[in-house]
Amino acid sequence: MPAARTGPSPKLLLAVAVPAVLVLALLPTVIGLYQTELLIYGLTFAIAALGFNLLLGYTGLLSFGHSAYFGMGAYTVAFIVRDLHVQSMELCILGGLLSTLLISALFGYVCVRHTRIFFGILTLALSQVLWSLAFKFFWVTGGTDGIRVPRSSVTLLAGLLDFKGAGAYSRFVYAYYYYVLIVFLIAVAVMWVIVHSPFGKALQAIRDNETRASFVGIRVRRYRWIAFVISASFTGLAGALWVPLNGLTTPEILYWPFSGELVFMTVLGGFRTFSGPIVGAIAFNYLKVYAVASSQYWQLVLGCVLVVLVMVLPTGIVGTIGRFVAQMRRP
Amino acid sequence: MDTLAIQILNSIFYAAVLFLISAGLSLIYGVMRIVNLAHGTFYALGAYVSAWAVGSVFGAAAGGSWVLAGQLALLPIGALAIAAVGAVIEPTLLRPLYRRPEEYVLLITFGLLMILEDVMKLLFGGTPLSAGSIMDSMGSISIGRLLYPTYNLVVIGVGILAAIGLWGFVYRTRFGVMLRATSQDRRMASALGINVGRVYVQAFAIGCFMAGLGGAVVVPAQAAVLGMGVDALILAFVVIVIGGLGSLEGALVGALIVSFVRTAGIQFFAEVELAVLYLIAAAVLLIRPTGLFGRA
Repeated sequence: MPAARTGPSPKLLLAVAVPAVLVLALLPTVIGLYQTELLIYGLTFAIAALGFNLLLGYTGLLSFGHSAYFGMGAYTVAFIVRDLHVQSMELCILGGLLSTLLISALFGYVCVRHTRIFFGILTLALSQVLWSLAFKFFWVTGGTDGIRVPRSSVTLLAGLLDFKGAGAYSRFVYAYYYYVLIVFLIAVAVMWVIVHSPFGKALQAIRDNETRASFVGIRVRRYRWIAFVISASFTGLAGALWVPLNGLTTPEILYWPFSGELVFMTVLGGFRTFSGPIVGAIAFNYLKVYAVASSQYWQLVLGCVLVVLVMVLPTGIVGTIGRFVAQMRRP
Repeated sequence: MDTLAIQILNSIFYAAVLFLISAGLSLIYGVMRIVNLAHGTFYALGAYVSAWAVGSVFGAAAGGSWVLAGQLALLPIGALAIAAVGAVIEPTLLRPLYRRPEEYVLLITFGLLMILEDVMKLLFGGTPLSAGSIMDSMGSISIGRLLYPTYNLVVIGVGILAAIGLWGFVYRTRFGVMLRATSQDRRMASALGINVGRVYVQAFAIGCFMAGLGGAVVVPAQAAVLGMGVDALILAFVVIVIGGLGSLEGALVGALIVSFVRTAGIQFFAEVELAVLYLIAAAVLLIRPTGLFGRA
């Protein structure tokens, strides 16, 4: 897919990005409370998938253990709130990022020794270590009950906004939406810079041909390790943001099917494009919520979507739209 | 002393079931280079089908020896049904994807997992389904001062027979030669006139049969419940990673290691029992990526 390599022109980029940001900023005034809440979930998952795609789309490594980093971010926030009685969300995010950074530096150091299917299984095995610990050490983690993080226990912007008393729920949703949106935009900008930097180009070179990349002097294993840590940190950031919204963190987000959902989101949007995981995560979130709401057999619905997607539209939503646009432009 | 004997028997029982599941997973990987994420779900589906077949023909009550014989004869239906499912899935869903990057095949098996998990819920409902009457009517034997269910010994026997059978099949028959040839070099095998497409469908069906058989033999001892497949898959992964991806001997040794560690774990270090297993798998991948018996 050469489209990902050349990249869109700056003009086209602005023509897409500016309206998209404006729409995201204005949407809550139109769509109401519940839809806004759904969109926050979508945006947090988008950050996670964006990070995940640095490995899959740009480095060519399929991780089947990114639930570990999402869960690490989430559980760290829960511990900070519950045990250290810290209320500031900024400190919580910082803590979540730090712990994800540490654990992914360790796991990544081990995992990047392999590629392809061995890499996938290794990431899977290590993520399940964390899951089983969260599952079994119930006096620390609450076991399957998880840890509650009520929204009244966090404050935003260093204590400027708190969510106690009457109307706290709607105040929280609207404030948190813009909070997450800003973090999301920063994350997108940072990722954009990363993948278009020499470092990002080197990752793509590794993806396309490992041997040649090492011949031109790229230290393949170290680059993969750094990519792994960055990727996991984005996912950890998403986990940290997700906790106060969800109000609860359970071992389910550490269990391997959640890693599968992250892969699903990314492929749904299209992993050969920068915006694919963002679109995919938001779309997947809506898809899952409506499937769960409309049928108890929601997994069946999602599974069929995945199968059809892989068979018919392997380039995902963004890739397919891109192809359509390219065809329309041709005289 | 008696307790130790029981624990050892339990470990071997558990290893027999785990071997059936992981041998199928390993066979499919060895021949087709596919990591089948739906494999655990095939195992669960096999358990459901067998329990349903036994329950709907004979009811839940324990009967005489003729009834027992009938029930035992019905158990393999689960395995056969899953083999049939596999024989349908391979040509329709997997074959179109072999030319694409391997991520897509992995994803489609993940989609299959989601679909089949709900198909089970749809067909058999949310309540556990058991064929416990078989276990009850077979009674138990005494080991020292303790009792041990006879049926568990049957399962151990099935596991041993399956290991011997599979070994003979792969290493002593003409089809086994074709299977191994395809696994080593697909193009060469195809050039020499082997119908690779047929070998693939057969290998996949046999792998599924093993998973279904695992479910079929386990269901008189443990009821089939939703989610059992997802749990089993990860343990089967640990087994084949320890033993070596694609190796049958490896699956056998891996299953024994995992089940003995697990039994010891539950006894002595229950909190980290699962974590230890995953760490062993990770350590094996690091030190010897091909596993104990795998080839590069």
